[in-house]
Formats: sequence, structure tokens, C-alpha cells
Amino acid sequence: MARIEYREIEGRSAGFFGLLGVLALFIAAGLAAAWAMEHRGHVITGMTNRIVWGAPHVFAVFLIIAASGALNVASVASVFGRELYKPLARLSGLVAVALLAGGLSVLVLDLGRPERLIVAMTHYNFKSIFAWNIFLYTGFFAVVTLYLWTMFERRMNGYTPRAGLLAFLWRLVLTTGTGSIFGFLVAREPYNSALLAPLFVVMSFSFGTAAFVLVLMAACRWSGRPLGDALLARLGTLLGIFVAAVMYFVTVHHLTNLYIAREFDLERFLLWEGGVYTALFWIGQVLVGGVVPLALIFAVRTRAALAGAAACVIAGGFAQVAVIIIGGQAYPQDIFPGKEVSSSFFDGVVASYAPSLPEIALGAGGVALAAALVVLGLKLLPFLPSSLDQAEPAEA
Amino acid sequence: MTPERRRFLGWGAAAAAGAAAVTTLAPGLRLVELARARSPDEAASALQRWGLLIDTAKCSDCDACVSACREENGWTGHDRPATDAQWIRKVSLRDRRSGFAQTLPLMCQHCEHPPCVDVCPTGASFRRADGIVLVDKHICIGCRYCVMACPFGARSFVHEPTTGQKPDVPRGKGTVESCTLCVQRVDRGERPACVEACNRDGHGAMAFGDLNNAAGDLGRRLRSEPSSALRADLKLNPGVRYQSL
Repeated sequence: MARIEYREIEGRSAGFFGLLGVLALFIAAGLAAAWAMEHRGHVITGMTNRIVWGAPHVFAVFLIIAASGALNVASVASVFGRELYKPLARLSGLVAVALLAGGLSVLVLDLGRPERLIVAMTHYNFKSIFAWNIFLYTGFFAVVTLYLWTMFERRMNGYTPRAGLLAFLWRLVLTTGTGSIFGFLVAREPYNSALLAPLFVVMSFSFGTAAFVLVLMAACRWSGRPLGDALLARLGTLLGIFVAAVMYFVTVHHLTNLYIAREFDLERFLLWEGGVYTALFWIGQVLVGGVVPLALIFAVRTRAALAGAAACVIAGGFAQVAVIIIGGQAYPQDIFPGKEVSSSFFDGVVASYAPSLPEIALGAGGVALAAALVVLGLKLLPFLPSSLDQAEPAEA
Repeated sequence: MTPERRRFLGWGAAAAAGAAAVTTLAPGLRLVELARARSPDEAASALQRWGLLIDTAKCSDCDACVSACREENGWTGHDRPATDAQWIRKVSLRDRRSGFAQTLPLMCQHCEHPPCVDVCPTGASFRRADGIVLVDKHICIGCRYCVMACPFGARSFVHEPTTGQKPDVPRGKGTVESCTLCVQRVDRGERPACVEACNRDGHGAMAFGDLNNAAGDLGRRLRSEPSSALRADLKLNPGVRYQSL
């Protein structure tokens, strides 16, 4: 096999600094929002005592599961031995670490007491899936860094498959853990399902691959490096399979609920009467996040169509996470089955929620941080091959 | 000191020591519980399990329990019901089939297996030995996972800076809080403010007591009258029980 030549991007053009400048503005806005939220309290957000997790959590959860999925390409190369993807493995690791850093920053800065992060690092309740996730997230950084080291350091190349396997297993557990944050919520009907863990795993495959495809196309285009059609076509097929898998799990989840009389009201809410959440489900999640990308990938099959499909998967993914997190809380808890309920706490009614500017700024700041880390990573270390314009290798 | 007086004091001391020996099985474990408040340095004991019994048939449209709780614990709001803390609330119910209407107070149910305690990453949500579920304000990081996990919507997040706090009831912006069963009063041997107010107003819908004490008022009523737990399907064994629901 021919040796792959990796090279840092030049990073001296006006476009490069312009991009970093724009990202820095978004990061600064996110930090300002976090400061305001801590200073004045969460009253300046749209979150309430009924919707305690809002837009920041949609951004954070999306970025965290996309981080896990961005490692797909590396896993396919190292664990499943597909040589075609091997030149992309380093970039895959970089995008994974960057997305996780962005997501965790949003999650931490949204805490009521973010300055107590040290408390979360020193006091553990091991029955809490949240506490496990603290280890899973920090461990992911360590494992992917180790994996990247075995790829960068030629003497360690022989260990790359083993490090890749470790990273692959770790991120499966990580996304299982993230899904279980919701799956273990026994008292809320929209959650409380073991299906959420595998659903989050396939969501991570889909969102992470979409994010990776966009980063790859942008990086190659802006640094003037060739990117072969064969490689993109394969990535497109991979993305299409993941999008279909997500739709399958979502269908099974809803069909199960529709079969259970107790869950009729919940399904009527999510699929029919839920207003913005029903719209987010059908238009955002199903149409934009599912049907359109599948058509673009399998019917149109052009480079622009793949980029469009990846962007749609990301937009639909945000809609899906919003339906799960915010829609799931908006639906009232059934404390008194068979009764109409009303109270000063808005029991029995669908909770209203409108994200405020600081929440959106915080979430967008996390996305910008992830993007900035990728841009800086590409400039500082040779993550990206000089050329990706290769025919399919014989051994693939 | 005369010999008679010395003998009398000797007998008295022996009787006191004997009484202590008979009623104390082990340090902290007595055959007969003394009816008194705990001293501040004495730990809560699993011998008690504090709880409430709420008879909805006696609960009227008033909100004396809510006002008393607010007064006792100082969770005054900012007239923003969606974000203001609510440690206890009045809930109106109407049966979907029969139309039968009821009202009742709802607060932390002080579960034996509290989901809020299970999910808390730092252990800030905890259950005291005597069954009272509390939040340690020093290690709560404000993640709100407990609010997501509570089946009863009993927890509130402090969305704004707090002022005029009560010395016994620390509160803090960015942390989660809920009914403490007026732990500061219980530790002084008093009843929670809501129960006090409900009985003062003559409704008598709320009763407080030790669920472990079969001979106590609460234990006797629970044994002889029907009662139910909210979300009994979750098997959380709450310390708050309802009647006529």
C-alpha cells in the first residue's frame, strides 16, 4: 500500500483568519451568555420548572452524540480494516474530540453552578448514570488521544488497530450512556425505554458521519486538496444506511407506544396534536432529517447532493434531539391517571417553552468552539492527507 | 449529709441506672423511644420514618398549607409562576369519567427509593436516615437531572437571586430545592408548617407522624383506614399517603 502523506493546512490566508474570527465571535457570544445566565440566573432563559432542560441541552446532546459518531470513519478503517477510509482516520479522531469538547462546554456552562465543576469531579454517586457519563466523556478524550497518538507516531502504528477497537467500544458505551440518561427516567412516559440507548447509538452514527462529511468537504475545498468521488460515494452510502437505521428505530419506538393503550395520549401529542413538537417531528426529523437525505444520497448521487444530505441530517438531527428533550418534558407527567389536573405548577397542561437569545448563543458558541478546534487542529498537526483523490484500493 | 439522705440518693441513682439499662439495648437503640426532640448534634435515626397522611375529603379550596410553607421556608416568588419555586402546591383534580372534583396539596413525597437521589451525579440529593429527602446546597451543581427524574414535579430550580432567606432554610440561585418536610421544625420536635396550618384552620386534612410507630396516631390510622400512594406502580414507597383519592 502506498504511504499516505499528511500535511498541515497552510493557515495564512484571509479566509482562514476570517473563519477563525467569525468562530471567535460566536465563542465570545456564548461565553457572554453563560456569564449572564450565571450572574442573573436562569430566569433570562426560556427554561422553567417544567422545561428544565432547554436549547443548551439540545445543542450539547447533539454535539456529544455526533462526537461519538464522528469516530465512525476511523473505526471503519482500524477495526473493520477498510483501507479506503484509512487516510481519513486522523481527521475522524480530531472531529470527534472537537465535537465532544464543544458539547461538554455547553453542558457545563449551562449548569446552575458551573463553578462547582470541581464538585462533580470529586463527589460521585455511582448509581447516577450522569456520574458514569462524567467518566465516559473524560475517558473518551483520553482514549481518542491515545488512538490518535498511535496513528501519528510511526513506532506506535502497530497498535492502531487495538487502540481503534478500544475507542470503538468506548464510544458505543458512551452513547449508550447518553441515551440512558433519558432511558432511565422511569417516571416520564416519553422516555423510560431501553430502546433509547440503541436509538442514540444509531443517531450518533448518522449525525457524526454527516458532520464528518461536511468537515471533510470544507477542509479539502478550502485547502485546495483533491477529494475523490469514489471516497465520497462510499461515505454517502454509509450515511444513507445510518439515516435509514435511525428511521427504523424511531418507527419501532412509536409503533410500540401506539400498541399500548396507556401511551395513546402521548403518541397523539407527539404525532398529531403537539403543535411545534409535531411539526419538528414530521417536518424536521422525518422529512428534512430522513426522507430528503435518503433521496439526495440514493437518487441524486452528486457531490452537492451529498453535502446537502449531510446538512439535512444535521438539521433533522437537531429537530429530533429537540423533540426528544423538550417535547418529552412539555408533555405533562401522569401523576393522577384518569383525572384532569390543574395547578399553579401547570400540571396537566403541555408546558410552553421558547428559547431565549442567551440559550441559543451558548449553544451556537459550543458549535463554534468545536469548529474552531478542528480548524486549529488542522493547522497545527498533519491531520489531513495531501490528496484524497484515489481510486478504490485493491484491498478495500 | 445524713445517712438517710445518702441512702436515698444511692437508691435513686441505682434506679436511674437500671431504667437506662433496661430501655437502652445498644448505643442509640432504645427499647422505649423517648418523646423528645433530637439535640442538634444527634444524627437522624432510621428508627423513625417521618411521613404525612392527607385526607383529600377534608381538603377544601384554601391554600393555608401553601402560605404556611412559603412563610416558614421563605420561598417568596417574583410573580413568575413558571420559574418561581413551589415547594408545595394545590392541585385540582376532576375525574374524566364521572366528573368528580377534588383538591389536594402536592409536595415531595419523601420516597423510600427516591429517583431524584438515584440520578443525582454528586450525591447532593440524599435521603436522611429518618426518611426525609433533602438537597445538600453545598454540592448541588444545578444540573436539574433530579427535576427530570421526580415523578411528582415536586422539585424547583432557583432561577433568580434569593433575598430574605430564613436562617434555618438555606436557598441558593442555581440549585434545586423542594419540600424538606420542615426538617428544621421536625428536628425541634414540631410538626411541619403545612400540617400546623391545616389543623389550625380546623380542616384537619393533614397529619404528620412516624410511619414506623404502629402505636402512634399516624400508624394507627394507616392500619385501620384505607390510604394510597401516588404513582404506586413505580413502587417508590413514598412517605406521603393520601386518603379518599
